[in-house]
Amino acid sequence: MDLLSILEKEQLKTDIPNFRPGDSVRVHVKVVEGTRERIQVFEGLVIKRKGGAIRETFTVRRVTYGVGVERTFPVHSPRVDKIEVIRRGVVRRAKLYYLRELSGKAARIREKK
Amino acid sequence: MSKGILGKKVGMTQIFAEDGHVVPVTVILAGPCTVVQKKTTATDGYNAVQVGFDIAKEKRVNKPSKGHFAKVNVTPVRFLRELRLENVDDYQIGQEIKADIFGAGEKVDVVGTSKGKGFAGAIKRHGFHRGPMKHGSKYHRRTGSLGAKGPARVYKGRKLPGRMGGVRVTVQNLEIIRVDAERNLLLIKGAVPGPKKGLILIKPSVKAK
Repeated sequence: MDLLSILEKEQLKTDIPNFRPGDSVRVHVKVVEGTRERIQVFEGLVIKRKGGAIRETFTVRRVTYGVGVERTFPVHSPRVDKIEVIRRGVVRRAKLYYLRELSGKAARIREKK
Repeated sequence: MSKGILGKKVGMTQIFAEDGHVVPVTVILAGPCTVVQKKTTATDGYNAVQVGFDIAKEKRVNKPSKGHFAKVNVTPVRFLRELRLENVDDYQIGQEIKADIFGAGEKVDVVGTSKGKGFAGAIKRHGFHRGPMKHGSKYHRRTGSLGAKGPARVYKGRKLPGRMGGVRVTVQNLEIIRVDAERNLLLIKGAVPGPKKGLILIKPSVKAK
């Protein structure tokens, strides 16, 4: 293996759960408020995962008060404390951008049995 | 300049800082270098240390340089460079220079040979603006005026298309993010001139306070 991949591998987290677009996750993010650090939870649907190794990111979408919010996190960032998978969905795409156009009943995703 | 090291560019990657920020870094395989020759004002008219980097295959070393290395009993190396140091007396011939002469957080200047771009136009080479692409214009990426009618010639030094890249480039004031003395690695924030496997010279920053 070349030197760059070795260096990157050292920084990768090993405790990432197996999750893919269509799954609902709860992301625990460390946030600094003034001098205090606390954990904030962001819950939603994974609409994409992209990049490889240390550059890998995933985007979580949720709709709050009728407004769609999408947050992108680096998978291996030390700011991301924990990722919990709460539901596994059945989807036929890798990037679920079509959900942005849908709302309510149409935006549902079937659960994996 | 009080120290310096030769190295080879490995490539770029990113690392996470403690606060979660992503820092782009260039990985450099720096050293180990060996001191091959010392030059002093008394013998050569100036102070310098000749350092070698990257052990050479035996059949690649020609006879004259073989003698040069044999004289000081040093393994032949591919690259020899002189560092104009003021503290030549601190170095002994045959001494190894390793990546740990630098520490994390230190500012350095990095010298390399930029990637060759071939024959490049004035826009790419000198940052000229382009002409309109539409509205009947046929003047797209050309050089523009070469000067006034008065002198009836083109002044020397006029920026024109030509060979670009493949020259010595120094990038100043780059921060060292991490030093890995065991594997001889330096992680330097930002980009560094030249291709992967290109020879790189790292020296303390002249502008750092």
